[in-house]
Amino acid sequence: MALSNVLETPASGFNFDNAARNSALEGLFGGGQTPKPLKTGTTIAGVVFKDGVVLGADTRATSSEVVADKQCAKIHYIAPNIYCCGAGTAADTEKTTELLSSNLAIFSLNSGRNPRVVMGVNILQDMLYRYHGQIGANLILGGVDCTGNHLYSVGPYGSVNKVPYLTMGSGDLAALGILEDGFRPDLELEKAKELVRVAIHAGIMSDLGSGNNIDICVITKEGVDYIRPYRESEYRDNRKMKYKYRPGTTPVLTEKVVPLKLEVVQETVQQMDTA
Amino acid sequence: MNSRGVSAHLKDSVPVAGLCPQGAYGVQDSLRGGFSSVKNELLPSHPLELSEKNFHLNQDKMNLSTLRNIQGLHAPLKLQMEYRAARQIQRLPFLQSSHLALDTLRGSDDVIGFEDILSDPAQSEMMGEPHLMVEYKLGLL
Repeated sequence: MALSNVLETPASGFNFDNAARNSALEGLFGGGQTPKPLKTGTTIAGVVFKDGVVLGADTRATSSEVVADKQCAKIHYIAPNIYCCGAGTAADTEKTTELLSSNLAIFSLNSGRNPRVVMGVNILQDMLYRYHGQIGANLILGGVDCTGNHLYSVGPYGSVNKVPYLTMGSGDLAALGILEDGFRPDLELEKAKELVRVAIHAGIMSDLGSGNNIDICVITKEGVDYIRPYRESEYRDNRKMKYKYRPGTTPVLTEKVVPLKLEVVQETVQQMDTA
Repeated sequence: MNSRGVSAHLKDSVPVAGLCPQGAYGVQDSLRGGFSSVKNELLPSHPLELSEKNFHLNQDKMNLSTLRNIQGLHAPLKLQMEYRAARQIQRLPFLQSSHLALDTLRGSDDVIGFEDILSDPAQSEMMGEPHLMVEYKLGLL
């Protein structure tokens, strides 16, 4: 059905048509009752160790006061040698990291080279600065490339931080305390994994927005070890994902069988061509 | 930054008139566009609306003025000529064009952004009247 008030095709990209309507609706609700987006109130941490980078995250996603997802995967794949932990609005971190991954994949197909972590950081910084913080994505990028082991953090307004150990999310202060105390340059793999686990655990204990299991991702020159979950929470519920009832669960009261009478009207035989 | 650079930057900034009502002489066309309120038309309702609408325009102006300062007048002139030529290779307004030449010139043919994923014009839910759209484009409306 052709509309006569559409004089140009709508521009692609973000559509701000509903912004005026939303601000009018917020006034009607009387403040504080509009639906909130799904956030990953989170603890994420990263540590550079001798042979690579260890990234850790919890697995709880909250929507205001309700836990929306107990098995949320917060460590996203960017490239075979680069992974990214995301805190903030869940949809924003997912889409942004997917876009980054696609762009780096196109780059490596075009040039035949593995992408470097600093390229991912630059693309993210440009993208997030363009939207002036409206995309709520706090990201920790870690990876191993030809220039070494790198760990960067990117804030929602486009700020970049390059340090050997990082935490982000609502539980970052508790986790950072553990990392400040326990970090040494050139840690061994097992010590680095244990340090990150303790840091995430501190974030889970001290912050309501973090919880459930701990995921760890170890990136080295040889490859990636994504351990999900590294440590499961002791407070597990035993709910099944699929509720499948075995035959005989519901008792049968009566049974009546009516045979369907069919008569052959026409019969044709077509030879299958098996040459 | 020398004064010549500053004045070039000021001259190239894009005016805020992006949200003015579309109609003859800038007056709201109530027959086609419906009623409007002055507040909606003058100020953007979202902080990003204006900057997103003019993003590519601003980027191009910034890049071309830097190019002019570094390499002289001919470089941006020639590039703009090529952009204008590539912008004219399009289908009629109610069909989507691939903008392949324009993308290749800009270098955005191997970059994916939100413009490629969100509000794809190929999947737009609203269809315009072809005759009206062509007349609008030619300025006859």
